[in-house]
Amino acid sequence: MDPTSLTIHELHDLLIRKEIGARELTQRFLERIEQLDDRLHAYLALQAEIALKEADRYDLGRKDPGASPVAGIPLALKDVICTRGVRTTCGSRILENFIPPYDGTVVEKLKSAGAIFLGKANMDEFAMGSSTENSGFGPTRNPWDLDRVPGGSSGGSAAAVAANLCAGALGTDTGGSIRQPASFCGVVGLKPTYGRISRFGLVAFASSLDQIGPITKDVEDAALLLQVLAGHDPRDSTSINMPVPDYLATMREPIKGLRLGIPKEYFVEGMHPDVETVVRAAIRKCAELGAEIVDVSLPHTEYGVAAYYIIAPAEASSNLARYDGVKYGLRVPDARDLLAMYRRSRSEGFGPEVKRRIMLGTYVLSAGYYDAYYRKASQVRTLIRQDFLNAFEQCDALLAPVAPIPAFKIGEKSDDPLQMYLSDVLTLPASLAGIPGLSVPCGFSGEGLPIGLQILGPHLREDLIIRIAYQFEQHTDHHLARPVL
Amino acid sequence: MQSKITREEVRHVAHLARLELAEDDEVRMTEQMNNILDYMDTLNQVDTSSVPPTTHAIQNCNVFRPDRVLGSLHREAALANAPETDQTSFIVPKVF
Repeated sequence: MDPTSLTIHELHDLLIRKEIGARELTQRFLERIEQLDDRLHAYLALQAEIALKEADRYDLGRKDPGASPVAGIPLALKDVICTRGVRTTCGSRILENFIPPYDGTVVEKLKSAGAIFLGKANMDEFAMGSSTENSGFGPTRNPWDLDRVPGGSSGGSAAAVAANLCAGALGTDTGGSIRQPASFCGVVGLKPTYGRISRFGLVAFASSLDQIGPITKDVEDAALLLQVLAGHDPRDSTSINMPVPDYLATMREPIKGLRLGIPKEYFVEGMHPDVETVVRAAIRKCAELGAEIVDVSLPHTEYGVAAYYIIAPAEASSNLARYDGVKYGLRVPDARDLLAMYRRSRSEGFGPEVKRRIMLGTYVLSAGYYDAYYRKASQVRTLIRQDFLNAFEQCDALLAPVAPIPAFKIGEKSDDPLQMYLSDVLTLPASLAGIPGLSVPCGFSGEGLPIGLQILGPHLREDLIIRIAYQFEQHTDHHLARPVL
Repeated sequence: MQSKITREEVRHVAHLARLELAEDDEVRMTEQMNNILDYMDTLNQVDTSSVPPTTHAIQNCNVFRPDRVLGSLHREAALANAPETDQTSFIVPKVF
């Protein structure tokens, strides 16, 4: 048995029974990374020494093995989450040498639960992208087909989980960056409600949309990671101060009698026929399990791309103003004055997609254009949010595809930014509304590429979408398939 | 169709964003921004005359905390990532 192929909850049982030690487990992952990651490039950096030291602390009994299901478990972190003393680049040349002076809240929580970090996962620069091709350090490849993208922006995290280069990972989702790579790589990805998990120590892209979440091999692992991560944090004033339910208990309840809505706008023109076939079959499966399937409409879905690609770049242009070559990050030498130093450092440090979004964001916020673009998009955001609230009066949760197509070829869309943006059409609305969403494997395309089922729920109803996903997974075996590498 | 944004405007926006674009990057950026901004016109099909804007999906207003002094980053840690310091302050090139 290869321990790297096991889920977090399976590894937890092995560790508790002392059938494997944390050092041995960590070493197995490090060896596998050594062996495979030249081809995949899921990691930007490893922290082998720290990981082995933490593993030894676990094995010596310095960490309470029963305290948490993640104690002694090797995980990967998307490189947009600050780790004290460990380089955090956000996939950007501008932060190539940035060493955070503190840990993000999610890192603190996982550390105190006894988790072990193997390294920092690759990503689109500042989480801006849908393919991980925008990484300043080279793309990640999809473990199912090395010529294809793993999705993005959390492509490194999803590829690492799919290829058994970690037991589980954290990603971040601003417009689909957890759900879409999870779908493309055949793993589970959960974007919680906006504010359910603290963003303290998460490098900001679009602050009203950013949310951290787990990427895992099965639904139970996603639930147990959410259990560790969720909750209010005084250091993030947008984090939600509400009790955290017991996700692992409620997920075992059957879904008989639940009303599941199928939004007709999510079966879009130009959708890959295999995606539609596989997702429709998944919907039938949920009906077999006793759920009542109802047709619903989210009439403003088609405006999600335009609204998102105004709002997110607007917020990004403001957030990324901090990279000025003064406090941290790249500074070009020999600039003649401060202004030249700003301009040259930023121009050299940022990649093309980040520049494009800063430009778009600056433009839509600039005098004379604010009302026509930013205000208009924020109003449409209200309507998109309202669509979901209306739909949830007719059903408990929604079932839909995650993306209109399976993983595409590296380079296929990278020359046309608008085409890349349009591929996010089915994940953006939930982000704009702040509702939780999950991708669970539901089949494969004719070419053998994984396809995910997207499950969306009302605000703070992670328990419900986890339960639906868990019950679906218990009665199917798509999540057991692993790429051959 | 008339372009939404000209090269001169792109240059101006780049200045506002503290970016500088090489000649051919400027041409490409103008083309791509026009392409994207044309697509944004789809929003004009939606009547939003009586719709309030949403800036945050979760209504969370007036989040207060007790007015207590807490620890903060030490100066050394705060300066550690800076390209140039004199141990007490950030050093920048001359302003003018």
